[in-house]
Amino acid sequence: MNAPNEILRVENLRTSFHTREGVVRAVDGVSFTVRPGESLGVVGESGSGKSVACYSLLRLIPEPPGRIESGCALFHGLDLLHCREDELRRIRGDRISMIFQDPMTSLNPYLRIGDQVIEPLLIHGKVRPNEAFDLGVTALREVGIQDAARRMRSYPHEFSGGMRQRVMIALALITKPDLLLADEPTTALDVTVQAQILELIGQMQKERGTAVILVTHDIGVVAAFCDRLLVMYAGRILESGPTSELFYRPKHPYNQALQRSIPALHERGSELRTIPGAPPDVTQPIRGCPFAPRCEFALEKCIASEISLQEVAPEHATACLRVQLGEIELEPALARVAAE
Amino acid sequence: MFRFIAIRLLQAIPVLLAVATLTFFMLKLAPGGPFSAEKNTTPEIQKHLEAHYGLNKPLFTQYLTYLGHIARGDLGPSFKYPNRTVNELIGQAFPVSAELGFWSLLVALSLGLSAGIVASLRPNTLTDYIPSGVAMIGICIPIFVLGPLLVLIFALKLHWVRVSGWDDWLDRILPALTLGGFYAAYIARLTRGGMLEILSQDFIRTARAKGASPVRVVLRHALRGGLIPVVSYLGPTVAGLLTGSFVVETIFQIPGLGRYFVTAAFNRDYTMVVGTVLFYAGFIVLFNLLVDLVLIRMNPKLRFE
Amino acid sequence: MNSPNEKPMRVEDQAIVEKRSSLWRDAWHRLARNRLALFGAIVLALLTLASIFGPALFGQSYFAQDLPLGATPPSAQHWLGTDTLGRDLLARLLYGGRISLAVGLCATGVALTIGVLYGTVSGFLGGKVDAVMMRIVDVIFALPFTVFVILLMVLFGRRFVLLFAAIGAVQWLTMARIVRGQVLSLRRMEFIEAAEALGLSKTRIIFRHMIPNALGPIIVYATLTVPSVMLLEAFLSFLGLGVQPPMSSWGVLIKEGAETMEEFPWLLIYPGLALALTLFSLNFLGDGLRDALDPQAAKD
Repeated sequence: MNAPNEILRVENLRTSFHTREGVVRAVDGVSFTVRPGESLGVVGESGSGKSVACYSLLRLIPEPPGRIESGCALFHGLDLLHCREDELRRIRGDRISMIFQDPMTSLNPYLRIGDQVIEPLLIHGKVRPNEAFDLGVTALREVGIQDAARRMRSYPHEFSGGMRQRVMIALALITKPDLLLADEPTTALDVTVQAQILELIGQMQKERGTAVILVTHDIGVVAAFCDRLLVMYAGRILESGPTSELFYRPKHPYNQALQRSIPALHERGSELRTIPGAPPDVTQPIRGCPFAPRCEFALEKCIASEISLQEVAPEHATACLRVQLGEIELEPALARVAAE
Repeated sequence: MFRFIAIRLLQAIPVLLAVATLTFFMLKLAPGGPFSAEKNTTPEIQKHLEAHYGLNKPLFTQYLTYLGHIARGDLGPSFKYPNRTVNELIGQAFPVSAELGFWSLLVALSLGLSAGIVASLRPNTLTDYIPSGVAMIGICIPIFVLGPLLVLIFALKLHWVRVSGWDDWLDRILPALTLGGFYAAYIARLTRGGMLEILSQDFIRTARAKGASPVRVVLRHALRGGLIPVVSYLGPTVAGLLTGSFVVETIFQIPGLGRYFVTAAFNRDYTMVVGTVLFYAGFIVLFNLLVDLVLIRMNPKLRFE
Repeated sequence: MNSPNEKPMRVEDQAIVEKRSSLWRDAWHRLARNRLALFGAIVLALLTLASIFGPALFGQSYFAQDLPLGATPPSAQHWLGTDTLGRDLLARLLYGGRISLAVGLCATGVALTIGVLYGTVSGFLGGKVDAVMMRIVDVIFALPFTVFVILLMVLFGRRFVLLFAAIGAVQWLTMARIVRGQVLSLRRMEFIEAAEALGLSKTRIIFRHMIPNALGPIIVYATLTVPSVMLLEAFLSFLGLGVQPPMSSWGVLIKEGAETMEEFPWLLIYPGLALALTLFSLNFLGDGLRDALDPQAAKD
């Protein structure tokens, strides 16, 4: 059962892909909660498992070769990972909606925009078909599409990327869901449009009290938008907590390294800082901390023992063994900027 | 829309012109043909030929006369049957072939589409292997092997239908199955391919994320795009049904245009052969135009060109 | 703190071994894994060998008649039986196979040569020349091949050589289109621009850079053309317009078998089986090649 102040609780989610080259453990033991109306950011590099975690929640993983190995995701008392297909379908598009990364391919090119926007209403029997059209027009207007009534009859290829993403947002929110899953909604868009889309999502979120899980690899995006953050790496959460906490008082070397790698204006002309090495091969079992091979603070005990996420400050958890033991204090990367 | 039709019709004219010109010159060059010195037909027919083609006039006049006749739809006198024109013969035989073609197309589409859709739903499992396997076999058994085989089994051994003939509805079954069977297999493969490609697209995932049932996903979201390869292939399908009819009508003794064509080929009824070729060309051009119109309807991206 | 065998992990320990493989090696591996394609290739090889060497090794002749014997079902002496003139069916089948396969391969060869040259020239020269050349292709394409071939056969006689020419003459069209498409897309690729910038002559570019890279679809299509050519030949022979007696092909055998199938069904079944099996193998092989050389092409 869910506690009163959470709408979603995920425990120990494990999702793998069984490929010819081996079993890819895309999500390897992820647990978190989402509170009503909050925006939770999930950050990580490509391959960290952040998108797969989202898709797993609605069971949108292609079943061969993917498989949700274990875990549960409690949403209003219902375990999304183990409930019946028809129960899940009632939730999808109605209580939990999703928007995807590439607006160019996420809309059906053979159907009109209007039909696609009102479809969730029709699927879940919320309104009579003749009322649906007007609701669709309203939805398009709310996301900022001009001449909405005429646009209902357009086809996706007549819209730009930004407009298509707005349409996606419209159709995701038309049923007023409790939770919106947004998988890199701005990655495929121009920078100026990115800001607009994020603003739109934020605005609609506040108006309706929708909780949002925002998956992205762009730290700048989460800084502006999210209340809380999960930092993922190699399928696991390495640090979690309120956004400002994670930025000003990082408690994991990976987080710190990520922030340090953001080039600052005043450093123009000097070499770009990167994190040496490469993400681990997730077809092989990982011993201990997955970040250890690239971590400047790593010791052999970091790979010798199993790591787990633990709170080290109010609301702020880390999976770094050494931080948990109080052996190291991490300096915020942004302190340098503040000092300039 | 009308502009499109007009353009396509205009494009069709050089094609038909080329075909007409080619056939004219082939007729001229053919040994034993209407233009050759051999005169191996009856005097009656010879008279008709001379009147129709202007055999003793200069080349260019002959050519223009020829084109003139075709433009008016007059395909000339038969080379072998006195007092019959090619138009008459075609008019008599084509409706039969058209009916055969209709039933065969029905068989091909219904079997092919259903098999293809079913196969695409769970790829690489039994529900895929069985229809796909049967389709593969169907493609590899030629019509002229399948036909006699079906006759052997169902007519000669089981006595469920007659061996040949075209009188009652029972007679339609084996020919339609023979002619349609191959195309059913091909359409099944095309449908499966088209559906698989569509089903792997992102917008299918969006549909599922909206809570759409599998039925809705397939029927409303996938079919529209998935059927495009099949519709594109309809043009060649009909062309194939046309040539397949030669064999099927021969095997089952059906008095259709295909059989007339083959007989004319044997008998060296040159005008009939050429006339039928021209008729087929016109028919195919028209049919392809229709298919293109349907395709535009199905694929919105094409509408704005 | 740092025991000798357990130091802090180094980045180098995580080096991933990269296998070096070229396009062809990759394709070969994919093909070898495709069991259906392998099956097809093996069957094809067996049939080809049997057709070439069979009649010589095999005791029976294909034209020796034994009229009193007439048609007999399979027996120890005649493995597949005999036809109405007492001729051994297996021998006739092997001999007919030679003809069918020969027509298939040669006509495909003709189509291949014409098609590749035409398509390459058209695609490479581009512009108006390309437009005109493709228009010609479109015009000829407008009719079903079979009809045109029949037309040719009717008007100019049923000589064997003419059959080759007629079939090859209609099959080169699609090949030309495919090659032209490949050339057009290759032309825009950067390595061709690089070659041009380096000053390589046009001929050299065509033969050493374009054709090898376009080979993939060409091979696939050629493999798929052979069965359709064989089918066309058998089709014509069945109607009596193709291979003429005393020569025989599987099409002719099927025709003869169909005529007497009520009493002697084996005369229809074995040739039909042989043809179907060959087409089967060729199609599987072609499919396998297509999957191996271009795994992203899902369409037909």
